[in-house]
Amino acid sequence: MAEEIIRLVNIAKEFHGVQVLDHINLQIFRNEFVTLLGPSGCGKTTTLRIIGGFESPSSGDLLFEGERINEVPSFKRRVNTVFQNYALFPHLNVFENIAFGLRISKLNNKQIARKVTEALELVNLRGYEKRGIHSLSGGQQQRVAIARAVVNEPEVLLLDEPLAALDLKLRKEMQIELKNIQKRLGITFIFVTHDQEEALTMSDTIVVMKDGRIQQIGQPIDIYNEPKNMFVADFIGASTILPGRFIQDFHVFFADRAFDCVDKGFAPQEEVDVVIRPEDVKLVAPEDGMLQGVVTSVVFKGVHYEMLVESGDIVWKVHSTLMEPVGSNVGMVILPNDIHVMKKVAS
Amino acid sequence: MRFLKKSYLGLIFLFLYAPILILIIFSFNASKSRGAWGGFTLDWYRQLFQDDALLTSLYNTIVIAIVASIVATLLGTIAAIGIYRMKGFRKSFMINLTYLPILNPDIVTAISFMLLLIYLKIPRGMLSLLLAHITFCLPFVIISVLPKLRQLDPQIYDAALDLGATPKRAYFSVILPQILPGIFAGFLLAFTMSIDDFVISYFTTGNGVSNLSISIYSMARRGINPKINAVLTILFVGILALMFFINRRVNTNSSKKERGNV
Repeated sequence: MAEEIIRLVNIAKEFHGVQVLDHINLQIFRNEFVTLLGPSGCGKTTTLRIIGGFESPSSGDLLFEGERINEVPSFKRRVNTVFQNYALFPHLNVFENIAFGLRISKLNNKQIARKVTEALELVNLRGYEKRGIHSLSGGQQQRVAIARAVVNEPEVLLLDEPLAALDLKLRKEMQIELKNIQKRLGITFIFVTHDQEEALTMSDTIVVMKDGRIQQIGQPIDIYNEPKNMFVADFIGASTILPGRFIQDFHVFFADRAFDCVDKGFAPQEEVDVVIRPEDVKLVAPEDGMLQGVVTSVVFKGVHYEMLVESGDIVWKVHSTLMEPVGSNVGMVILPNDIHVMKKVAS
Repeated sequence: MRFLKKSYLGLIFLFLYAPILILIIFSFNASKSRGAWGGFTLDWYRQLFQDDALLTSLYNTIVIAIVASIVATLLGTIAAIGIYRMKGFRKSFMINLTYLPILNPDIVTAISFMLLLIYLKIPRGMLSLLLAHITFCLPFVIISVLPKLRQLDPQIYDAALDLGATPKRAYFSVILPQILPGIFAGFLLAFTMSIDDFVISYFTTGNGVSNLSISIYSMARRGINPKINAVLTILFVGILALMFFINRRVNTNSSKKERGNV
């Protein structure tokens, strides 16, 4: 495995008696794109601010390359931050904003000019040196904020919901661009967001958080396919999760019938959870379905319709480009490949 | 109605400026009478520049105003930053403590100062006058700077630290430039309050040290000498020039900003 750069050991944080972080343990590796994902108030921003040195933990240790840096002030840490509202210096132009950190490290003017130009090229803002901050669009300010941070060649870049203020289209573009920047610089990114799609698109590793605790750490594909508990499953993809029983290899029982599946290795009669993604449930005529049900709700989502289908005491979430009206009887087909059997975990 | 519509603003300004205009005109009046025009003269200005006592008090007024407003601006800015960093009850308590002297009647402040000076055995004169002016100017600076601090993006300070600035450097290179308009406004407010003051000065000075307002007050008891019109005209023109200078500065600054934004 890659080389560790940051480690949080039993980090806890209290604000006025409220436990914001509940003994977090987290290991972050060099060149990794890590996303802290969770709803607001889950402690993800506090975690980032502790790594940046803007908050100090109530207890626990923060290690940087194996050394404890709890007491190292933020201006001495080899991390830089892209703040949520960019926090650009309004009295300085684009060039001077980016040069701010370089001037502190006492580089000469020639070096500063070269590095600023490189940073502007990296974020596609060449020729904007003399512009005032207020004359830039949100997306451009965002790019300046990134350039201002990366120009200092930090080991780790912290990003606090940097795309939250951008419109959808721009956000998608910046997601790809940020990922490219990370690859090109070859440094660690720690990215905070509440947008699961953003997390799935960009990350090498996702850390799902809730109520100051880490719920699951894993690669996007694992988090999506094998959510560890109800909260993660719900937050990540709104899949249908059902209690089931493993019959034997390639056979699983749930929703009152046996299904063929591709999973093996569970014990016969073992209690399991079965995850079915809404896009994997196919609606057919009632007589052709493995399961029958009644449509109880339809919501148009742009590319697809999100429908709830009631079958017995189970409510299935179904995504389809074809709409079935509320009240209609439908059949449902689930292919073996789309059934994800996971170990039952006490959540 | 049409006439009122057109002249309303004109009337307001007439009422505001007529007294000052009359003061200026009468400073050139050859007749010593306060009611009748007796022809143009520069005599009062000539007399004024021979009146050492009056010139000294004008000098005192200006020196005190400059020194007091500079010291009050320095102390007030630091105090405002301190209050800004406070939280909860302490903060609102400090803010109220700042407002109180502003609302307090001058005469109460003045007598309190006098009693304090006597109690502390501080001789009344130039120094006590200066101390009093610095003190009553202080709240005006604080209330000018605080709103500017509140408008700041709190992350800007963090951003400066993040980029390697020490807290001291962060304040000087990031916070200070952004609250500068508030500091400048506070300085001007302090300056004019100091020039303006009579009541507090009257009770805190001594040893024959007097500022312009005290001198005029004592002269007025013997009848207003047109010299006073002359000195006040000079003061008014001085303030007017200062205002023009500031306006021009502000204008060039904002147009510079706009050019930078193109």
